[in-house]
Amino acid sequence: MTAAPSPSLAPLRKEFGDAIERHVVSCGDTIVYASRERVHDVLEWLKETPGQDFSYLTDITAVDYRDPERALEVVWQIRALDRPADLRVKVALAPDQPLEVPTVWDLWRGANWLEREVFDMFGVLFIGHPDLRRILMWETYAEGHPLRKSFPLRGHFSRSEQTRQALAGNPEAHYSLEELSIAEEYRNLPDDVRERLKQGKRGFVE
Amino acid sequence: MGLSEIEPGAAGSPVVSAASPNFMTTSLDFLANWARTGSLWPMPFGTACCAIEFMATAASRYDISRFGMERMSFSPRQADVLICAGRLPFKLAPVIRRVWDQMPQPKWSISMGACASSGGIFDNYAMVQGIDTIIPVDVYVPGCPPRPEGLLYGVMLLMKKIRGESFTDDLIRREQTIGANGLYLPPDRIDELSEPFGNSVSQTRST
Repeated sequence: MTAAPSPSLAPLRKEFGDAIERHVVSCGDTIVYASRERVHDVLEWLKETPGQDFSYLTDITAVDYRDPERALEVVWQIRALDRPADLRVKVALAPDQPLEVPTVWDLWRGANWLEREVFDMFGVLFIGHPDLRRILMWETYAEGHPLRKSFPLRGHFSRSEQTRQALAGNPEAHYSLEELSIAEEYRNLPDDVRERLKQGKRGFVE
Repeated sequence: MGLSEIEPGAAGSPVVSAASPNFMTTSLDFLANWARTGSLWPMPFGTACCAIEFMATAASRYDISRFGMERMSFSPRQADVLICAGRLPFKLAPVIRRVWDQMPQPKWSISMGACASSGGIFDNYAMVQGIDTIIPVDVYVPGCPPRPEGLLYGVMLLMKKIRGESFTDDLIRREQTIGANGLYLPPDRIDELSEPFGNSVSQTRST
């Protein structure tokens, strides 16, 4: 028995044609594989089109499979709150392709931290993201992206080196309120502040 | 030598009065250790489920205030004993080190639970394998998490340890700061302490 796919699938295929590569129905959820080039348009269409109204971005994550030949998949889980209905959109990034997908920060502001987390854990670059930095590991973390299958469980460095790097971290390094509120005014900042931010130096509580 | 064992007026010292209420002799060590034992102010460093057991220890059923510890000191400057309750990720390592450095002497620390003592089940890239690679530890409390009785037993062991301290031993109160290599212990000692053990030895480094 095959479960019926989401009613959004047919209009999605009609609208985007070959950009919808395939679909899978798993445990009652419809998974739509979109092409990397069109995934932003697909998500925007799903969000903005009357009758679709997938207004809520539940999660962005990624899946790295144990098989090194298999593509790394970036996952967008979206929900139409008023029906309610769920849809999962995926982009498969083959091993020979760069790990780059467009950001959806312009559609959902909540994507900011989710994309930072996927970048931190999987190394996927979100093109157009306003502030793509590590979010869970500290900013100077140098061992790579921990949730990739090629990453050893205990990390690349020895325990003493990990401890040394961790202790060298500055527990007071964080954004000041001024820096947070002027993030959009970056270009208008004084030169010295801009230089400091460019080097990754954060504000300090005096 | 306890307070009750002191006999005033023994062996040539001037007798004020054998029954005077204003007169007492004791050793300075005993008096200071007795005072310190009775009012250990804990600095709770709770990061995980052990902190829940720590809260239960502080609540009325187990009542840590019976040991003079009812005043949780959320400022390290006014704390005597740091209780690390829970696993410590590497990201928090500089924080606990800073808290420890901010505590004034005399100070002690209790490592509560398997994760704080050894990394526990978290033998992975993100977790400190025992806080003794970051700060000195006086008492380890095993358990996952330890019951309040376990923590209280650890507190009483610490009190026993404090009663044995002496002013003449300046090694006890020496500040052990981070050295030039950025570590508090030699690197090979940290690697040795962080060796996998138990079930985690069967996990392989995948590269």
